[in-house]
Amino acid sequence: MKIVCRCEDITYEDVVEAIRKGYTDMESLKRKLNFGMGPCRGRICIPLIMRILAKELGKKIEEIEYPSERPPLTPLPIGIFAAGEDFEEEG
Amino acid sequence: MKILKKKANVVIIGGGISGLSIAYNLAKLGMEDVIVVEKRYLGSGSTGKCGTGIRQQFTTKEHIVLMKESVKLWEKLSEELGHDIGYKQTGYLWLIRNEEELSMFKENVKIQNEYGVPSRIISVEEALEIVPQLNPDVFIAAAFCHKDGKASPFKTINAYYEAGKKLGVEYYTYTEVKGIIVENEKIKRVITSRGNIETKKVVNAAGAGARKVGEMVGIKIPVENIRHHIMVTEPFQEFIKPMVIRGKLYFTQTDRGGIIGGIDMPETPSQPLKSRLDFLEVFARNLVKVMPILKNVNILRQWAGYYVTTKDNHPILGESEKIEGFYLATGYSGHGFMMGPVIGKLIAELIVYGKSSIPIDALKLERFERGELIYERAVIG
Repeated sequence: MKIVCRCEDITYEDVVEAIRKGYTDMESLKRKLNFGMGPCRGRICIPLIMRILAKELGKKIEEIEYPSERPPLTPLPIGIFAAGEDFEEEG
Repeated sequence: MKILKKKANVVIIGGGISGLSIAYNLAKLGMEDVIVVEKRYLGSGSTGKCGTGIRQQFTTKEHIVLMKESVKLWEKLSEELGHDIGYKQTGYLWLIRNEEELSMFKENVKIQNEYGVPSRIISVEEALEIVPQLNPDVFIAAAFCHKDGKASPFKTINAYYEAGKKLGVEYYTYTEVKGIIVENEKIKRVITSRGNIETKKVVNAAGAGARKVGEMVGIKIPVENIRHHIMVTEPFQEFIKPMVIRGKLYFTQTDRGGIIGGIDMPETPSQPLKSRLDFLEVFARNLVKVMPILKNVNILRQWAGYYVTTKDNHPILGESEKIEGFYLATGYSGHGFMMGPVIGKLIAELIVYGKSSIPIDALKLERFERGELIYERAVIG
């Protein structure tokens, strides 16, 4: 057993199994297995899983599209965003 | 890539929960040669970006009746589809801010109870039993329905996909519909980026693309794509069970433990799906006010998705009166995920039997021309 995503405990075998079930692009694979959504924000798992996907599909790594990125770049506490003054209630 | 079939009984445009649920239900009723055509990947539109909530606390008969049936289907969906979809009946807890809201909610609860939805008004103390960390100073009572809940959009999409595949549904992802050929007011053929499919029936379940698909057959679908913002935090063991709502703020915990939530921001139609920093500020201030303990929780991601909205905030359902074989399932106004199971069932029945087990005539496209609108007041986020 080889761990490829430490935030979500996903193994190499999990990735291969999902690809063989038909999750053959990074976006749907990510949503099947939940890698790239943990606190590391995909820094470790995404390059690894892109390689596994390329290998399984018989493609070159360049042919695998990187999944969408979302802000913030690093986890930030909610309190930071709540700190502003002149707070007027919404809605 | 799979070779595209040249012929189908039904072509469904859109691989979100609506399209997948309709496809699955058609196959379940014995319909063969059902194809789902999706421009990107399954769930890539509004479904995969949604807030996970499933509720019956609506204010119109149409919504309440649909959602009551949908919840019945959600309750058995994991079992039916053979996959855990992360469905939990942990309720919707609506915090009431003042006397004016209280009298409105009392009315809403009355309508909901009339149609068999067990919502009720509860005290601040009772609300604190459900979520002890809420700030008791920011609400005077709450509306609660324990039969409301949430599910994982990704797991649900994948479960419908895998269950439909077993029944013979074919899925063409990364395939774009370029045109629809109509002859004598009847559907003839769908032109895609990967070839043509002969068919007599097309379902427009294209979500944010529904308007464009309508234009392909010369029908104006009066929906606007309104951008909404949402965020998720690092995961925790479950401590916020229900969906909590206060004004335009909503939040809960996902099946993976992250706190997911959003708040309404002023937006004009058809804005690109980019995130706004000011959303995080408005959201964070409101959230911390309602649940101060959350100020130390880390935000992991924010993103945006469309509410495909109609003027009366109700979906557009059923066969077009102008073009035979052109079915609509869109315009959910922010409620498409929760309605997925019932929509799939009813649209499939309509296609196979010519009639749905719950009447949906009041929700036809032509209601806009006829001026027969239905108004829903309870739209959040």
